[in-house]
Amino acid sequence: MQERLVNSFDPFVIPYTFGLIFLLTYLFIALIRVIQALPNDDKFKLLKHIFSLKIFKSMKEIFLECLLHVKIWKKNWTLGYMHTALAFGWFMLIILGHFEVQLFAPHRLNLPWYPIFFRYFMMETETTMQGSFFFFMMDLTLLLVLSGLVLAIIKRFRRKLFGMKRTTKLRWNDQIAVIALWSIFPLRFLAESFYSEISGGSFLTAGMGSIFHWFYNFTENEIYIRPIWWAYSIALAVFFIMLPWSRFTHILTEPLFIIMRNAGIREEHRNSGYGKVEIYSCSRCGICLDPCQLVSVASLRDSAAINYTRHLRLWKSEKAHQAASICLMCNRCTKACPVGVDTAALKLNTKHEVVTFHTDQQYDYLTSKTAESGAEPAIAKTLEPTDVIYFAGCMTHLTPATKLAMTKILETSGERFSFIDEDGSICCGRPVLLAGARKSANELMKKNAELFKQTNAKILVTSCPICYKFFKENYDLDMRVLHHSQYIQELLKEGKIKVDPNGAKIVFHDPCELGRNSGVYDAPREVLKSVGELQSTAYDGAESLCCGHSIATESLPYRKRHMIANDAVEKLTTDHPDVLATACPACKKAFSETNKIAVKDLAEIVAENLKC
Amino acid sequence: MINFGYQRNESATLDLDTTHSELYKKLLDKEPSAATCISCGTCAATCSAGQFTDFNLRKIMLLCKRGDMQSFKPIINRCMVCGKCQLACPKGVNTRNIVLILNKYLHAGKISK
Repeated sequence: MQERLVNSFDPFVIPYTFGLIFLLTYLFIALIRVIQALPNDDKFKLLKHIFSLKIFKSMKEIFLECLLHVKIWKKNWTLGYMHTALAFGWFMLIILGHFEVQLFAPHRLNLPWYPIFFRYFMMETETTMQGSFFFFMMDLTLLLVLSGLVLAIIKRFRRKLFGMKRTTKLRWNDQIAVIALWSIFPLRFLAESFYSEISGGSFLTAGMGSIFHWFYNFTENEIYIRPIWWAYSIALAVFFIMLPWSRFTHILTEPLFIIMRNAGIREEHRNSGYGKVEIYSCSRCGICLDPCQLVSVASLRDSAAINYTRHLRLWKSEKAHQAASICLMCNRCTKACPVGVDTAALKLNTKHEVVTFHTDQQYDYLTSKTAESGAEPAIAKTLEPTDVIYFAGCMTHLTPATKLAMTKILETSGERFSFIDEDGSICCGRPVLLAGARKSANELMKKNAELFKQTNAKILVTSCPICYKFFKENYDLDMRVLHHSQYIQELLKEGKIKVDPNGAKIVFHDPCELGRNSGVYDAPREVLKSVGELQSTAYDGAESLCCGHSIATESLPYRKRHMIANDAVEKLTTDHPDVLATACPACKKAFSETNKIAVKDLAEIVAENLKC
Repeated sequence: MINFGYQRNESATLDLDTTHSELYKKLLDKEPSAATCISCGTCAATCSAGQFTDFNLRKIMLLCKRGDMQSFKPIINRCMVCGKCQLACPKGVNTRNIVLILNKYLHAGKISK
């Protein structure tokens, strides 16, 4: 391969070069702004991560996720192939292009346009065949990209072939970027095909080139085919310029997001630099739309994770807050997200920025010795030391069968226990935190921790997954925190309680806060297996549905909650079980209201079948 | 005041000159389910905060409808937002949202006095 033109410049490279310079400048400024917005300890974490061996782990993840899109392959092969073909294919075109320049015209490496328009500037003669390997590789990669492109076009019309019921609607900025992206590769293919008679090519471009040659001898009148290079260059420029204002920003932000996430940076109090990177890493692929029950059941598309991130991108904070306050925070979207955008954390910060609930006198009744009614409140009493403390939780007091069952189980087990909120107590603080008032939550946490510490207990058992998650993750308690399903499992294992199997057909519904949000999947199943025949459904474990009565939402109307509960019960009871078991008072209440099937807490099922 | 010839209880009197119904209208705008409240008092009966203070959502809703917002301004954020009232409400009113909206308007100064 050798240089065809003495001049290494042609006016058609100007649009491309301009676009590239614009994009790089924009990126540089954006990167500096993101890093500036990070809190100091996060900056330190990032530096530490970049200069440690762990950076290789991040590199691997970037390769697997940003280029190969492994998580999307796991969801659907066609969808995975489409993403891999476009991302990995384009990446290989860039890398191979630079290799070619390095090998055949190393003195041109300083020209940014040279690898891109390589076939225009270079030629192959009879004597220089060393380039044929690269010709073949480049054609193969181009074929890969073009096949991905064909799939992307088909996906716009037949998304069910890709395992998606819903996908995103394109806004004008995305439309321009998509049209530019879709024209880049066909234009490159055409340009290289037309020039294959001059510059050489392999099976794809040379083959196509000879077909063109059969119609007309373009090589003699190069002036006719020169505009195709112009079109290719302009398409690239348009794509580069639109990139920061379209969904394709994720191509550049996702690697940074992965590095930051692996460095241990999290959004804790407000959306800072990391939050920005996270929002811009959302590729608007639409994979989160199908799992979201607000979209599929309640038709509230505006609240879906992708639309929430879009509101944030467009600085529509009112709409973002609306979406956040409707969201059930079941985290089905976060589980499905191939990028790993944790919108629940972002939504919490959005609420936190808006809600002003806390004042200094807000909970001064927590410390007062007498209630305003005059009686001594339950939380002012000193608690006796004991081994196990049982905290039913606010909600459980509204499903009294659960707390009665738990008392029966605890009494049968012979453990020294005390039911600390039998006469009522205060909230754990998670609901008020989810409503966006962190300081208020802190006050409740402080009081509860104080109460628990008085008992010197070793184990804290709670019947409410909301309390469980909060006690376990946010309280600094020097006792084991167990959800009652875990505690019953331990009691059964140690032989402290025994049950008579009754053979009932049971379907277990994983509550969001216990399953997806706390990772407790096996304990309730083990317990239920000892009593009856546990049926499996398509919504077991991490795939579990939300009951619609989540405490995280403030403004979801009751009608919509009920629709979600109805839909969930229908999906869970397709095999006609005798009982629908759950482990959360909110889920129990939600499902009972549908009047479709007997709904029981697993503690009730165990208590009914206790061998005394 | 004109003597109509019968006794009237001070607390049962609505003075239309001092009512501020805009708060209730804003509330309905933001949370339409507030309109379905039948003042049954289930929320107040189940309330955890009500055990310790005189926070009473039924009363707050009534006062709000009557346009007397100053009387519940100091206690509106005594609520722990635990959601028991919402779970118990027979009409499916989004009680937590009502508390948050009223609090926002009263304390963040969205509505002037």
